[in-house]
Amino acid sequence: MAFRSNASATIPATNPLRPLFWRKAQNRLVQTISVIALILAIGAMLWILGTIFSRGGDALSWAFLTNPSKPYGLPNNGIANALLGTLMITTTASAIAIPIALAAGIGLSEFGKQSRFANLMRFCINVMMGVPSILIGLFVYILWVVPQKSFSGFAGAIALAILMIPVITRTTEDMLRMVSDHLREAALALGCSRYQMIVQIVCKSARNGLVSGILLAVARVAGETAPLLFTALFANTWPREFFSNPTANIPVLITESTTNSPFEAMHQIGWGAALVIALIVLLINIVAKTCFREPKK
Amino acid sequence: MRDRFTYEITLLKQRLQQLASSSRNALVEASNALQTMDTARAQGIIENDMCIDAEEVAIEEECLKLIALYQPVAKDLRLIITILKINTELERVADLSANIARSVISLSAHHCAIPNTMDLTTMAKQTDAMLKGALEAFICHHPEQARAIIQEDDVIDNLNHKHYDFAQHLLESQCPEMCSALDTIAISYALERIADSATNICEDIIYLNEGVIVRHCPQL
Amino acid sequence: MNTVNTAEHMVNSKIKVRNLSFYYENGHQALFNNDLDIHENAITAVIGPSGCGKSTHLRTYNRIYSLHRGQRAEGEIWLDGVNILSPEMDVLSLRRRVGMIFQRPTPFPMSVFENVAYPLRLHFKLSKREIGDRVELALRDASLWEEVKDSLHKSGQELSGGQQQRLCIARAIVTEPEVLLLDEPTSAIDPVATLKIEDLLLRLKERFTIVIVTHNMQQAARISDQTAFFYKGHIIETGPTQRLFTTPKEKQTEDYITGRFG
Repeated sequence: MAFRSNASATIPATNPLRPLFWRKAQNRLVQTISVIALILAIGAMLWILGTIFSRGGDALSWAFLTNPSKPYGLPNNGIANALLGTLMITTTASAIAIPIALAAGIGLSEFGKQSRFANLMRFCINVMMGVPSILIGLFVYILWVVPQKSFSGFAGAIALAILMIPVITRTTEDMLRMVSDHLREAALALGCSRYQMIVQIVCKSARNGLVSGILLAVARVAGETAPLLFTALFANTWPREFFSNPTANIPVLITESTTNSPFEAMHQIGWGAALVIALIVLLINIVAKTCFREPKK
Repeated sequence: MRDRFTYEITLLKQRLQQLASSSRNALVEASNALQTMDTARAQGIIENDMCIDAEEVAIEEECLKLIALYQPVAKDLRLIITILKINTELERVADLSANIARSVISLSAHHCAIPNTMDLTTMAKQTDAMLKGALEAFICHHPEQARAIIQEDDVIDNLNHKHYDFAQHLLESQCPEMCSALDTIAISYALERIADSATNICEDIIYLNEGVIVRHCPQL
Repeated sequence: MNTVNTAEHMVNSKIKVRNLSFYYENGHQALFNNDLDIHENAITAVIGPSGCGKSTHLRTYNRIYSLHRGQRAEGEIWLDGVNILSPEMDVLSLRRRVGMIFQRPTPFPMSVFENVAYPLRLHFKLSKREIGDRVELALRDASLWEEVKDSLHKSGQELSGGQQQRLCIARAIVTEPEVLLLDEPTSAIDPVATLKIEDLLLRLKERFTIVIVTHNMQQAARISDQTAFFYKGHIIETGPTQRLFTTPKEKQTEDYITGRFG
């Protein structure tokens, strides 16, 4: 304010104008760069999707989706066992991760505003989000697979759960933080206990954000390969012994059939599986973004 | 915004002071006309009364405007309300002065002299002194001065009673001076009313400064 | 000049604040030795410039400040002879007796009906019918029934701002509290809706003791019976609204209400 009153007093009536050319040029440059970046990003995505569709589209068929995988040369090769395995691993991972992560997120947002412990937790979560997923795989391999003396789908689920926890914790805290303190105070002012306030009002208010955060985390881990290589591994059988034996899953199936096989038919199966997992992840993302979008304020 | 309001209030106070001096001038003129039986002067007062009426309306409108636009409270509110009330009193003073002037014209038309026993000129001077004091008390914010002036009102009331009794005797006595009785009593009555107006102004000044309404209170 | 206002001496004080001081978590003192009497079945307006502690003062009456760790109040607040600042006071039942409405409307993420029914279910064991009846009554009391009776199952957050605030009032009065605290309840609402809420408060004071914090002085003048003027955490002046707005005793009050401040 003070600046303005000074300025109006000191600027003479006729001011020499700064040329507009550079400002406009600058503007145009930034605009151009961002448009190019946008085209690159979308282009890359479309390229990937296009490749997967063109290569894997032919493999898709009802039989492909319903038959289990088999070694090269056997007829009616499919991915049904891997699909089921992935579903089981992801569901188990979610069942482990969601309660822990939600509780952690609530704790951070509602009870640990600025405490040193909460800040330490936040730091750890950020670090965990940056840890390469293969390290998580290795970690579970050493702590679970080695003592158990067997690869298992459950070990894979543990690895994926560890990957999911920081992501969900983080989104949960962010979503709860977005609920205004007025709403908390209004709930308490009516005579709610703190627990009632958090569960019945705050979480309910942030419900859509929480669900979409969870779905995005699920989508993120559904396609993870590295941790599964050390834990669930792969098997050409139906996942009957989820807790004690290697379990089929899509990501490892893709790696196996495309990189570890010299046969074109196996490559074809890999591309088909890639298309299926891409579609699943895309679907989860779309559901998360559209059905559970925060209502416009 | 506060500055603008202060400016408007200052202007309003100035206008009221101008109206006050016009009204007092009317009273002084009336008193002079009474002393000298100058009908031309008396006529001038009656004509000037219209201007005062118009100014009174203008000041009232200004007060209403300030109240509506600024919604004043506390001292500001009391000031505007006091101005509004003093404004009315001043207009009445001017009206009563015009009435005195009319009585003077009537007296001179009937070639009646004011009986020596009726000291209307002194009464007029005392009334004017009260009015002058009241307006000073308003400008200088002197509630104490205003209180003193309210006490003086009794003197004028007594004078008026005396004049009333005297006029009654005059009418009963059927002497030649009797023709002046009605006009003189009208003049005395008008002066008494002017003194009342001065008293009202003083009471408004006490309200303005202290926020208490002292009207109809036997002890101040 | 001894004009004794007899009516003023007859009212009961619902809340008596004595020597109340308040500290924020960083040790900053926000209130200094406040003494205040809140009259029963009257509207008390709390006015003062921003940051003078008026909201902080109000927030001690239901101890809502305890949501924030480290904030503390010292002194006594007597509600019907019970010191609500004492540790034995149960805040949940205190808050049933002392309702609060905030600056921004705070409808919960549920239907209009559920919003009002929520505190009922929280505190009372009632049949479905009783709940329905009392929700309707509260909505009528809050002059909202006519506007929402056909859309009770619409989300409370879809109402207009003024309607949301009246919904919050209905939600606060449905449990029949004794005191209603309002923290600048109309500052986020348009003038027409504001007048509606003011009318509502004037009707509600028959049943509740109302304390309203407002920075709209005209509003304080319009609806309150008593006014308290806060400045820098001190209560500078209290008294009947009419007297305070025509003949304030303190120079600071005079300067504030006539706009000579700052």
